[in-house]
Amino acid sequence: MLKSKTFVKKTRSGGILKVVREHYLRDDIWCGSEVCVECKDESPVLEKDPCMESSMCTFPHYLIPDTNVVLHQIDVLEDPLIRNVIILQTVLQEVRHRSAPAYKRIKDAIHNKEKHFYTFTNEHHRETFIEREPGESANDRNDRAIRAAAHWYSKHIPDSAEIKVVMLTNDRLNKEKAEQTGLLVYRCDEYIKSLIANPELVDRLALTSDEKNEITSSKILFPEHLPLSQIQSGIKSGKYIQGTFRANRDNFLEGTVFVHGEGDESTEILLQGLQKLNRAVHQDVVAVELLPQEDWVAPSAVVLQDDGSKGEDEEEEEEEEEKKLQTKQVHRDSLKPTGRVVGIIKRNWRPYCGMLTLSHIKESTRHLFTPADRRIPRIRIETRQAATLEGQRIMVAIDGWPKNSRYPRGHFMKNLGSAGDKETETEVLLLEHDVPHLPFSQNVLSFLPSMPWAITEDDMNRREDLRHLCVCSVDPPGCTDIDDALHCRELENGNLEVGVHIADVSHFIRPGNAMDQEAASRGTTVYLCGKRIDMVPELLSSNLCSLRSNVERLAFSCIWEMNDNAEILNTRFTKSVINSKASLTYAEAQMKIDDRNMNDDITKNLRGLNKLAKILKAGRIEKGALTLSSPEVRFHIDSETHDPIDLQTKELQETNSMVEEFMLLANISVAQKIYDEFSECALLRKHPSPPPSNYDILHKAIKTKNLVIHTDSAKELADSLNQADIEGFPYFNTLLRILATRCMMQAVYFCSGLDSDFRHYGLATPIYTHFTSPIRRYSDIIVHRLLAVAIGADSTYPALMDKHKQAALCNNLNYRHKMAQYAQRASVAFHTQLFFKSRGILNEEGFILFVRKNAIIVLIPKFGLEGTVFFENKDKPSPKMTFNEEVPTLTVEGHTFNLFDRVRVTISLDASNIQHQKIRMSLLEPVIPGVSVPLPEAEPEAKKAKLDR
Amino acid sequence: MAGIELLSDQGYRLDGRKATELRKVQARMGVFGQADGSAYLEQGNTKVLAVVYGPHEVRGARSKILYDRAVINCQYSMATFSTAERKRRPHGDRKSSEMSLHLKQTFEAAVLTQLYPRSQIDIYVKILQADGGNYSACVNAATLAVIDAGIPMRDYVCACTAGFVDDTPLADLCHAEESGGGTSLAVALLPRGGQIALLQMDARLHQDHLDTLMEAAMTACKGVSKVLDEVVRQHLQEMSILTGE
Repeated sequence: MLKSKTFVKKTRSGGILKVVREHYLRDDIWCGSEVCVECKDESPVLEKDPCMESSMCTFPHYLIPDTNVVLHQIDVLEDPLIRNVIILQTVLQEVRHRSAPAYKRIKDAIHNKEKHFYTFTNEHHRETFIEREPGESANDRNDRAIRAAAHWYSKHIPDSAEIKVVMLTNDRLNKEKAEQTGLLVYRCDEYIKSLIANPELVDRLALTSDEKNEITSSKILFPEHLPLSQIQSGIKSGKYIQGTFRANRDNFLEGTVFVHGEGDESTEILLQGLQKLNRAVHQDVVAVELLPQEDWVAPSAVVLQDDGSKGEDEEEEEEEEEKKLQTKQVHRDSLKPTGRVVGIIKRNWRPYCGMLTLSHIKESTRHLFTPADRRIPRIRIETRQAATLEGQRIMVAIDGWPKNSRYPRGHFMKNLGSAGDKETETEVLLLEHDVPHLPFSQNVLSFLPSMPWAITEDDMNRREDLRHLCVCSVDPPGCTDIDDALHCRELENGNLEVGVHIADVSHFIRPGNAMDQEAASRGTTVYLCGKRIDMVPELLSSNLCSLRSNVERLAFSCIWEMNDNAEILNTRFTKSVINSKASLTYAEAQMKIDDRNMNDDITKNLRGLNKLAKILKAGRIEKGALTLSSPEVRFHIDSETHDPIDLQTKELQETNSMVEEFMLLANISVAQKIYDEFSECALLRKHPSPPPSNYDILHKAIKTKNLVIHTDSAKELADSLNQADIEGFPYFNTLLRILATRCMMQAVYFCSGLDSDFRHYGLATPIYTHFTSPIRRYSDIIVHRLLAVAIGADSTYPALMDKHKQAALCNNLNYRHKMAQYAQRASVAFHTQLFFKSRGILNEEGFILFVRKNAIIVLIPKFGLEGTVFFENKDKPSPKMTFNEEVPTLTVEGHTFNLFDRVRVTISLDASNIQHQKIRMSLLEPVIPGVSVPLPEAEPEAKKAKLDR
Repeated sequence: MAGIELLSDQGYRLDGRKATELRKVQARMGVFGQADGSAYLEQGNTKVLAVVYGPHEVRGARSKILYDRAVINCQYSMATFSTAERKRRPHGDRKSSEMSLHLKQTFEAAVLTQLYPRSQIDIYVKILQADGGNYSACVNAATLAVIDAGIPMRDYVCACTAGFVDDTPLADLCHAEESGGGTSLAVALLPRGGQIALLQMDARLHQDHLDTLMEAAMTACKGVSKVLDEVVRQHLQEMSILTGE
């Protein structure tokens, strides 16, 4: 079995260190082909009749790509059409070494059974292993190893099978050498172009730099990037600084580099102008050089968009714009450390969604692609199907950004559908926010319990039977994933027993299986308008786990004994079986409580709960819990067309806060319990208190109204928010709360063993976690498991007790939650647009929320809608504006805009750019000649017709 | 970029072995004439020399004498040239004293010391080249040396390490695998009875995995014992031919 030929391999790392490793060669590595009779492979991967119809290779064949082909043409290799590929170990290792994302993708392709990708461990095969020759570079050796393996294959596969092996390489030298040894070898693009079945694939070919049909202007636009070795020594000596580049969403000529400092100290370096940005793309890790202090600039408050009209030869215009950025006199204090990018340490490119802007030349195959994300520069791609792609949402990957090209170059990947279409737009926003939304794989679904499902005897014995309790659930209307239910009853000793029953999802999702991994990676259920992307398969989320009324369900219960003052006397956790007596909506529950004639068990229950909740809430507010506000809207969606037909801000009822109160209580109790039990690995949630500077905007804002606000503690903030009121301006308080919300930090999950600050600022509690929504949040599932172990109801497993794994999980959950939130907002924004599209132009009253250098941001309370009113217009001369940063105010043609000012605006949909359809707001009142627009009257009809086209 | 992949998806380790496969073990007995017993053993790139003196009278302090059994004295050392970096290794540093102690414990469990009361057995082992699994290579070499010295033992003492990567136990770790940061469990086994002479693990491991890991280590030890047995038989055959019997 073991061909025990040992020998040494030398590698050098860091200092001069000779590493001696054994390298065993084997003769039991199979070729993986179905036709092979020699190899004793039990389940060969490569098919007997590989058919990829190619005009060049008319015979059945297997492909062997080299490293560069895998690295650069992964998009092509991922296509379902490409099958029966042999990935050599040499190639896989090189890919792993050079690009983590490509490695992950090729691994996924290998795991996909339908692709028939086979990994051949050529480095350990007796006949395909080769030693590096003296004077040979590592790359050459690897190329030779690939050729050797390809050669072995072509000899090994029996002639009777008539299957040939085709090697793919883009390296000319490699190709020549391979041809000399009699191998079939093609360039990757050559081969792909010859494929008969799918001509589209050609577009997905990444542009390789050695292509000859390049028409590039000889003018070099950007300074050269420094080589990595120079960057490294520069960083070591402190000459350069490493950080993550973040492009400015509003101004394409500006970006910042975020530098992680020691501990909490992180700084930002400002970059301004294309040259300084030097081809950095959002999220890249870059090296920057700080400019001397006299060259420092202040961030511009201008909104500037790279609008498609410019070509490569129209740079003067841009330079002008750049000048405009700088000529403005700025205050000394507002100067920020400024630098320029000298090199890229790591590109963080991903596929981008967006639309094609067609070239002005009709026959041209080179077009510009405009990503949906404004922080990403436009990408030049080459496609022959531009005509069909016009008006479609497409995905594009960046291949590179040469120094003589204004835009990065990329290639087309996928067509998502026509723009403006609800389905397509939803797909785009899911992709852009990295929300995993594909249907669950068969592998995941195989872990679902088989139907019909019933509670077994065994379950019954292990659990407490609470079916006799009068449990009910209160949720928003239309909710199908009910994960919490409540009960309240009087005990014999006069105390009250309150129970919160949470769906026992961890009973169904066992640690480590595919369903668990999928849920962990999704992290949360994402709620979009009219669409829900589940974290767990629907059978669980809407049926088996959902605590619907009048069915027996498994639950995890948290039961308190309380006295009339809502003081907890005793807390108990148990796995249970419940039978909910009613699933109510907030409104129904409210009606039951208010209706004096109703006196059934459920109503009594609710009244008891409501009474306790009020006491709890009062207690919480006393401690300094914040009530903040954000403009939330809800759409009434047409049941047939799924178009939004009305829009209203969310109403809050007493019962909302009743349920919330008990959920908070359960979360706090559970957090305490799991922390007591597992001080090192409890998954908790904290909300850090914001740094004082965050409140600057709030202080400035309130000063204009001659009020004061204290922000030293949550309690003081809550109190001063309560007191801040202006006669005749009832909405002021809400506005203030909205502003305060913007000052807050993000609440995050963390692992108790790796952090010392547990406080939840907003809720004013020393410890907090999430326990009550395991159907839609993965964090809750982990908390359930921890709690189950703590009460001895379930067994533990290694990853649960590993604080580093726990922390990694927290990072993913935090990321997913953030992204889910963004996706939700984007979805609301999109539906708002649909709504205004159907409504035509409206006049509404709004308040100024922020003041910018050339615009004001207005909030319209009626729709909870925020929009920007620009005072600059392309076609008209700009009005005279002065911006006072200190207050802040903006004076336009003599009229001064203050924060919180009341204005009237018209709202319409700006569909001129189909990709970024946006709500346009223009000023109606106060009337400023040349700036505000006249009141539109009979016009809407005509406009509407145009918009509906 | 990323750390090294210790176990590929195809189930091959860095050096091309599968998870349960041992490194190549080669050994020779009776390499020195002057000592009472000696052996040289290679376990992959780990190379060890073991020498045994005794049983003889207790030397030095008489207080060491045990009246019912023999004293076992072990000394472990590493050659200056045994690692990638040349380094002077003084005797009696913490690591080698610990290793000496472990060896002593192992052989006290295996050698029939009660047959030699008031006497002493010296076991000296020296690592000539280190590439992971130093302890187990020492034990295996010393076993052969003790047999060469003709000192009766309960059974061969065979030692082997096992690690744990991606939920798979790996037998007989090499240096790269040991330093890759994971668990390493060393077991010294008396294979026939299945008794454990010594078991040592420093890193953290979830208790659910301990059984599978021990199982893997013990299977590996049994594999080593087969090789050692063959070496001993081969040696005896050669000896008997030389002596003309």
